[in-house]
Amino acid sequence: MIALARLRDPFMDWARKIDEIVDAVNFEGRIAKIDARGLTHKELNDLIRLCVEKGAEKIIVKNVCGQRYIGTRLYFPGKKVEIEIFGVPGNDLGMFMNGHRIIVHGNAQDGVGNTMNEGEIVVEGRAGDVVAMSMRGGRVFIRDDVGYRTAIHMKEYREKVPVLVVGGTSQDFLGEYMAGGVVLLLGLKGEKHKANYIGTGMHGGVIYIRGKVEPYQFGKEVGIVEMEEEDYRKVEELVKDYLKYFRGKGIDEKLEVDEIMGGKFTKLVPVSKRPYGRIYAY
Amino acid sequence: MKMKSHLLPEFMVERDTERCDNCKVCVKQCPFGVHYYDEETGRVYSREELCVGCQRCVVYCPKNAIKVIPYPGHYRPNDYWHEEYIRDIKKQAETGGIILTSCGSARKAKVYWDHILLNASQVTNPSIDPLREPMELRTFLGKKPDRLEIELDENGDVEIKTELHPNLMIETPILFAGMSYGAISYNAFKSLAMAAKRYGTLFNTGEGGMPKDMREEFKDCAIVQCASGRFGVDPEYFNYSAAIEIKIGQGAKPGIGGHLPGEKVTATISSTRMIPEGTDAISPAPHHDIYSIEDLSMLIYALKEVTNYEKPVCVKIAAVHNVAAIASGMVRAGADIIAIDGFRGGTGATPKIMREHVGIPVELALAAVDQRLREEGIRNKCSIIVGGGIRCAADVVKAIALGADAVYIGTAALIALGCTMCQRCHTGKCAWGICTQDPELSKRLNPKVGAERAYNLLRAWSLEIKDVLGGMGINAIESLRGNRDHLRGIGLEEWELKVLGIKGAGE
Repeated sequence: MIALARLRDPFMDWARKIDEIVDAVNFEGRIAKIDARGLTHKELNDLIRLCVEKGAEKIIVKNVCGQRYIGTRLYFPGKKVEIEIFGVPGNDLGMFMNGHRIIVHGNAQDGVGNTMNEGEIVVEGRAGDVVAMSMRGGRVFIRDDVGYRTAIHMKEYREKVPVLVVGGTSQDFLGEYMAGGVVLLLGLKGEKHKANYIGTGMHGGVIYIRGKVEPYQFGKEVGIVEMEEEDYRKVEELVKDYLKYFRGKGIDEKLEVDEIMGGKFTKLVPVSKRPYGRIYAY
Repeated sequence: MKMKSHLLPEFMVERDTERCDNCKVCVKQCPFGVHYYDEETGRVYSREELCVGCQRCVVYCPKNAIKVIPYPGHYRPNDYWHEEYIRDIKKQAETGGIILTSCGSARKAKVYWDHILLNASQVTNPSIDPLREPMELRTFLGKKPDRLEIELDENGDVEIKTELHPNLMIETPILFAGMSYGAISYNAFKSLAMAAKRYGTLFNTGEGGMPKDMREEFKDCAIVQCASGRFGVDPEYFNYSAAIEIKIGQGAKPGIGGHLPGEKVTATISSTRMIPEGTDAISPAPHHDIYSIEDLSMLIYALKEVTNYEKPVCVKIAAVHNVAAIASGMVRAGADIIAIDGFRGGTGATPKIMREHVGIPVELALAAVDQRLREEGIRNKCSIIVGGGIRCAADVVKAIALGADAVYIGTAALIALGCTMCQRCHTGKCAWGICTQDPELSKRLNPKVGAERAYNLLRAWSLEIKDVLGGMGINAIESLRGNRDHLRGIGLEEWELKVLGIKGAGE
């Protein structure tokens, strides 16, 4: 017999009932304010859900410190709310999110927009690994850099095309297995991009990289093609939104669209829709 | 370079020309192009090198004129260089590719089910007659509380005070295993959904999403899968379900992902999976947001969050060497149900090397997992579903006595629909309309008829289970669960009996 301590559930066991924590919410008309200090993951999301159920259209959450899954438990078809976060939200921010908008006044951790369906996430800082993994729709804007495995297996279907815009650069495996969507890396710090294995196994979608990047950094399933007018138009629209969201919030007020658009862009697309079709004997 | 194939045919087609009236039914029925009609002679002939032995033409020949038999010619018999190795080498020499196959492992290996015998009551405790007495097969799947507090109200009725975790209620301990729309046809997928609904059990969507037109009707009997490819995964999909299953591994191909080839991604598959038509649907080997038990926990709770903690979350793995320790980690990560798929488990396509050489028998894996979770005092925290080659009701009974709460059947369910185990699912040409996306072939399976066959299988096995339970003197499946005293081994070595946790026959 192996003697072990009683199994605790890290999410459920310490979570208080909603009436014990409801004091953390303050309503001002359609705006709800939550003080997240000392709240567990589940407690905070219980309260955010309560706010939406009570008709809040905007939820401002202060003192966020690592609470996960903000925006996940808000599957209310047809309903769209805005969540403003002060502090650092935890992993899987907006995972599976369905149409809401999240603004983070600070950095974010891993899994921002993981398998997100619709909506928008704006992070006024950096984000960790697996940003926009398997994202299926909506938009994610990160002001600074992102970590490893960004936009892995992002996918699109008809008009549902997910978009990720990163102001800085990313780590390795950007766009691995990417099956659709648009990724834009602006490289605003001006340094050479360091990521390797960009687009390994890519079989759909497009990656735009501004700034210096060498062919050896790409996976063998991607091809570099010329930027066309249509691409510049698409990128410019995203750059405009990027500046709208971040100018004066860590990005120079005087930075202009033209200055960014004047940089060198590399466009990556998959070589084949079927990268691994020819390794089998039937 | 075009080269002549050195492969021998696998089957021989014998046509009784006395009976055959050249009606061409076999020509129409065979998707592999074996039979053809020669205008000049006005007769039907066969190219047997193309035959896969699916027996479709045999069953549908109105004159019973066709026999498909194993090809009698062979190389010089050799117990080491078995024909299969020679054949595979030749095939690889001609193609340079990984040998692809489908269904479950067909190799000769010890089948532990066949070395386990069941008990029956004799004089000292009476058996129960299931024809006269109620027999309870109803099963609840999900996390159970550590203790149950009850209160009696003023009428003397029992009220449960403990807050219960969400559980699934099924009327028989048999569920249909995950098979995606994409791997199998819409009609096969729907047949299983309809049968599950009618019988009061569950089917599993596999990782190809749930067609929009089925969501409302089948939401209470669907386990929806969240796999590494995250196909067709949206909040509605999760909320229109009875439970969610995170698929980590599959018995037929542990440790690798899967590719649904682009030619199978038709318009309706593409709208269900939410990827463009004609694109390969690639499921990566790992979930790229799960590189550890902690990450698994994160996904489990993400799924509980998106469904407002209303649905149990299952985690499915392939039975591999350290399965007991892995299962313990899964339970500690918060899984309400763990599903273990043995090395006999089927698939729509897998490299043969994975199917035949990777993984362990589910009987041993199940016994090890159940034992480990008991020792750690966490067996009540999860239910166990096992699958991977459950062939008959006796296998179900033995699995439950070894500690399973329920079983998944995949291959057996497809055989009920018409599958003959020809192992050519990966070609997409299934003559029985099951593993194909060809609209003409898919039409061969009428979902109403398919549902009835699958329903009948559930009914027949359930009746058999009741019979066996009665013989053991047990009237509820709950009393059999983990009751290894009802099992004895024959032809097993000491270590095997120890892993299975059973005595030898006569002991």
